[in-house]
Parts: sequence; C-alpha cells; structure tokens
Amino acid sequence: MKIKPLQIIAHIILILGVLLMVVPIWISFASSSHDSVTILTEGMKFHIGDQLARNYNEVLNEKGGWSEEVTAAKMFINSFIMALGIATLKVVISAMSAYALVYYRFKLAVPIFWLIFITLLVPLEVRIFPSYKIVSDLGLTNSYTGLILPLVASATATFFFRQFYKTIPDELLESAKLDGANAWSFFIDFLVPLSKTMIAAMFIFMFVYGYSQYLWPLIMTTAEEYWTVVMGMKIIYTESYEGVALPRTAERFAYIILSMIPPVLVVVFLQKWFIKGLIQTEK
Amino acid sequence: MSFLDLKNVTKIYPNGTKAVHETSLSIDEGEFMVFVGPSGCGKSTLLRMVAGLEDITEGDINLDGKLINEVDPSERDVAMVFQNYALYPHMNVYNNLAYGLKNRGIDKETIEQKVNDAAKLLQISDYLQRKPSMLSGGQRQRVAMGRAIVRNPKIFLFDEPLSNLDAKLRIQMRLEIKKLQQKVGVTSIFVTHDQVEAMTLADRLAVINNGIIEQLGTPIEIYDNPKSLFVAGFIGSPQMNFLDGNLKNKILSAEGFEIKDINTDFEGEVTLGIRPEHLSQTENGLINLNVDLVEQLGSDNLVYGQLKNKKDFCYRCPGNQTIEKGSNLSLNIENNKYYIFDKSTGKRVN
Ligand SMILES: Nc1ncnc2c1ncn2[C@@H]1O[C@H](COP(=O)(O)OP(=O)(O)O)[C@@H](O)[C@H]1O
Ligand SMILES: [Mg+2]
Repeated sequence: MKIKPLQIIAHIILILGVLLMVVPIWISFASSSHDSVTILTEGMKFHIGDQLARNYNEVLNEKGGWSEEVTAAKMFINSFIMALGIATLKVVISAMSAYALVYYRFKLAVPIFWLIFITLLVPLEVRIFPSYKIVSDLGLTNSYTGLILPLVASATATFFFRQFYKTIPDELLESAKLDGANAWSFFIDFLVPLSKTMIAAMFIFMFVYGYSQYLWPLIMTTAEEYWTVVMGMKIIYTESYEGVALPRTAERFAYIILSMIPPVLVVVFLQKWFIKGLIQTEK
Repeated sequence: MSFLDLKNVTKIYPNGTKAVHETSLSIDEGEFMVFVGPSGCGKSTLLRMVAGLEDITEGDINLDGKLINEVDPSERDVAMVFQNYALYPHMNVYNNLAYGLKNRGIDKETIEQKVNDAAKLLQISDYLQRKPSMLSGGQRQRVAMGRAIVRNPKIFLFDEPLSNLDAKLRIQMRLEIKKLQQKVGVTSIFVTHDQVEAMTLADRLAVINNGIIEQLGTPIEIYDNPKSLFVAGFIGSPQMNFLDGNLKNKILSAEGFEIKDINTDFEGEVTLGIRPEHLSQTENGLINLNVDLVEQLGSDNLVYGQLKNKKDFCYRCPGNQTIEKGSNLSLNIENNKYYIFDKSTGKRVN
C-alpha cells in the first residue's frame, strides 16, 4: 500500500492531538504514584512510582471535611448519582417534549418550542437564586432530588430530538397507525429505537454536564454527605496545613485521576452503541 | 348499501386547496377498484380519507355497514401499501409483518403462523430475519404487501406502490398483485397515474380529474365509451388523435374531410377523437397522412405523421405491414369508431 504525503501529514496532526490530550493525563497519573515529598522536591513525574496503592487508598477512604466523615468515594458516588439522574431525565424529558412538539400539531407548538429554545439564554447560573428559593421552599436542599431536579430540562436536547424526529418520514407514522399503534407505542416502538444513536450521544453529553456541575451543588448542599467530586476538588486544593504538614500533591493527582473515571466509563460503555448507529444508517 | 360507500365526500385542505369535490362511489366486497388520473388530481387524498389519514371535510364514508368518518385509522381495519413502502427500518421482516398483529393482542403462536403463511404466499420466507435496508426493491415491495395481507384487513389500499420499481419488475409485480388479490379476495383500492396499470388491474376503474370522478366503469367500458374528452385522452395508448371540427345538421366538417349522418342533435364547435388503432388503409380514404416516423414494436407499427394542415396524427397498424417514411397513406375510420366532444365542455355528444 502506498502512503500519500497527505496521509502522513494527517497522521502527524492526529498524533500531536492525541499527545496533547494524553500527556497531561499520563503525567497526572504518573505523579499520583509517587510520594508527595518527591513531587515537591523533584517536580512532576513521567514514570510510575511505588506509592500508587497507598495514595489511592488514602484518597478513597480517608475521612475528611468538618465532620471528618465524608470520603472521596462517597463524593464520587454522589456525583455519579447526580450525573446519572440529570442525564437520564434530560434525555427522557427532551425526547418526550420533542415528540409532543413534532407530532401533536397543536397551535401553540411553535411558540412553545421557541420558549423552550430561549431558555438556552438562561442557564442555571443566571437563575440560581430563584431556583434555590424554589428548591429550598420545597424542602429539597440536601437531597439528590434537589441536586438533580432543577437541571433536568434541556433546550439543547429538545432541539436535537425535534430536528431528528422531523426527518422521520410521515408514512412511517401513518403506517404504524394503520397497524394499530397508539401515540405511546409509536414513541416506544419507533422513535426510541430509531433515535438510539442520538439518545446515546445526548446521554454522554448530559452526563458530563451533570458530573461537572459545581455552583449548584455548592449552593444546594450544606450537609457533607451530599458533596460532589468537583466540590471536593476545590476543597483538597484549599486544604490548610498547619505546622509542618506538606501539601499532599500526590493525593491530589490521585483524586483527579479517580474523578475522571465515571465519565470515561460512560463514554466507553455507550460508544459501541453510538458508533454502531453511526455506521449503520437505518433510514 | 355496498361494502365501501362514499357519499358526497369533499376534501378541502387547511390551506384552501379543494382536492376532492363531492365524490360518491360504491365498491363491492372483493372488488378491485382502481383510481387513475394525472398527478395532483386528488386520488391519494381520496384514498387517505378512506384510510383515515386525512379528515373528511364533508360527506360520509361507510365501510362494511358502519360510518367510519370519525373512526381512528388504527381502528378501521384497513391496510395500506405506500409508494415508498414505509417499512419499519429498525425491525426485521418478521417483525414488520408481526407488528400489526401484536398490537391487536394476538397470541404468539398465531402470529407466527400467520406471518409464516403470508411470507410463504409472497415468497419472502428466506428473508424474515433481514432488515429492510438489506432487501432489493422488489423484495421490499413484497414485504409491504405482506404487512397488509397478514392482518387480513377489510380493505387493501395501494398508493402507487409500483412506481419505485424498474419497468420489468413493475409489470411482474402488477401481475402478482392481481393474482394475489384474486386469491385472497380482499376488497382493494389501487391508486395509479399509469393508465396501463389501471386497465390491467382494475375490475372497475374511476378516472379522476381535478378532484372529480370523470367516469366510472370497467376498463373496457371506459376504453370503448369515454364520456369526456379528458377520459378519451387519458385512457388508451398511444393517445387518441384529436381534430377540431364543426357540427351542423348531423354533418361534421373536420380538417379536410366530412362525416355525414352523425347520431346527434348537437350543433357547434366540436373535437373529433379517433384512436390510432381504429384506422385502416384504403383507397380514397377520409384522412391523408404524410408519414414522418414509424416505430416498429414487432406486433404493431406506430405510424406518426401529419395531416394536410400540419396537424400531428398517429396510426397503429399490424406489424407485418411495411410503411416507408415519407409515404402518403389514405386512411378510413373503422366501423364508425369515432368520438365527438363538445369543444367548450369536453362532454361526449355522439
Ligand atoms: N397536505 C396538503 N395540504 C394542502 N394541499 C395538499 C395536501 N396534500 C395534497 N394537497 C393538494 O391536493 C391536491 C391533490 O393531491 P393528491 O391527492 O396528493 O394528488 P394525487 O395523489 O392524485 O397526485 C393537489 O393539488 C395537492 O397539491
Ligand atoms: Mg398521490
């Protein structure tokens, strides 16, 4: 096989891109396997050290916070639950509202669609006080429901589902109707399987979005048992050390590496579905 | 009351398009009815109103003795084959066929039985596990038919189901549809813009123009006895020749010849229609044709040429006659088979 110069250039660019993304992660990972003292004195590391198990064990199981009760493991679980809840509900709600907008041709469908679309201009950060007021009036502070609920409406996902449903030929609906499908079975038997690629993609985006929420959980939670990973990240960086204690740099790296695992798992798990949908056009 | 009864059915789309005008029509059980007409004449609209996919603006539709105007399509027990088949892309052939049965709450074994029977009938048993995207056009067509048959509906509706196939396959499937319908005996309505398809399939034919049924009858009745200029021009291939003329005292003066003793009292401007196959060569015939072009179809020759006044004209003769380009033919109308239409209304007058 002959290799064209263009291909070589393309590969060089791709390899550079990969390096740009992988090297920092590798450095963090390698550094997380050394002693904090080593890193403080010698700088970040490229090779694996001998403190890996100790550091990770420490990070996961050491109890911290004011109450000395919350562990990083608990924070990962909290973030995972929050992200999972947000992603699942966002996908379900957007798919269903897009279904209503496209297939129920009621008069207000277009204005309602634009109303939903406009909410893109008011992300949670902008409406954080009213949102907090509502959630706290409902008594939902310090609960998973409170963490998840205000974030589950998604104009972006609704928009993408709407655009996708619009490409589905009318005959499919008509044919399904004549086959005795009702509104619900058309959604479940047709729209969901036909848009599974889309669902996987949306789920990935929304999971990462939920996972990386910072401000909302910060405001929402006063009880440490609801702390999330991103909050924890801030906390371990601002940890104060009295007396002779050194900053625990190695553990910080371990924490960062651990915090990346849940979103990576989601991507790895869903990408098979995602890519299958991309290569097998079924329309 | 017959099996399917349309009474003064009118369709006006929300944008004001009047697609169907006060159409009345009765179809008997087991009958194969074909709606034929040019594109945009309203045949799909009429069919879709029977299916329940379009609201009926005015009028009544009765199916099997029951008024179905307000009945949901899923409850009408009709099956439709669409032009693009509308197969379910994410389901294999088996599930495409089984879906409608599942929705009716039929048990698994019965479904399997019915699907397998239908698949056998349509010779698609080998593809039951395939997705529609892995089938050829003809196979997809069969699956679409299978999906209709398997439910054993009250009525089959076909909306130009053959127009996505190549010419050879189209003729083959046309034949199969006709055979299948005779075998299964289900009342059917078939929509097409192709008059040959219409003639070959129909027990009865409705020629539709601008949302109105121009004529209703068996294919032969319509061919032999077109009631209007439109029907005369639409049915028959090659198309009927039309000449301008004037009718007075039962004498028709057309372009360069006269016909006497015409059986009508109509007087005024008319159009004379003569089918290319109703002409024969004689000496001193009525019509003189200068031959421009001869198409040899084997069994027949289609002779195209011009009359004295440069009017285009076509004559169809048996294939064993040799006709030279540039020659001059003298033609007579066989057995007085000509049609005279009122030029202003298009209505037949003789
Ligand atoms: N959804 C619709 N809205 C408005 N006008 C329509 C619609 N569907 C069809 N029409 C119009 O109604 C007429 C008949 O259409 P149709 O029944 O599809 O014709 P055909 O099937 O004979 O080609 C056409 O003039 C077409 O433009
Ligand atoms: Mg049509």
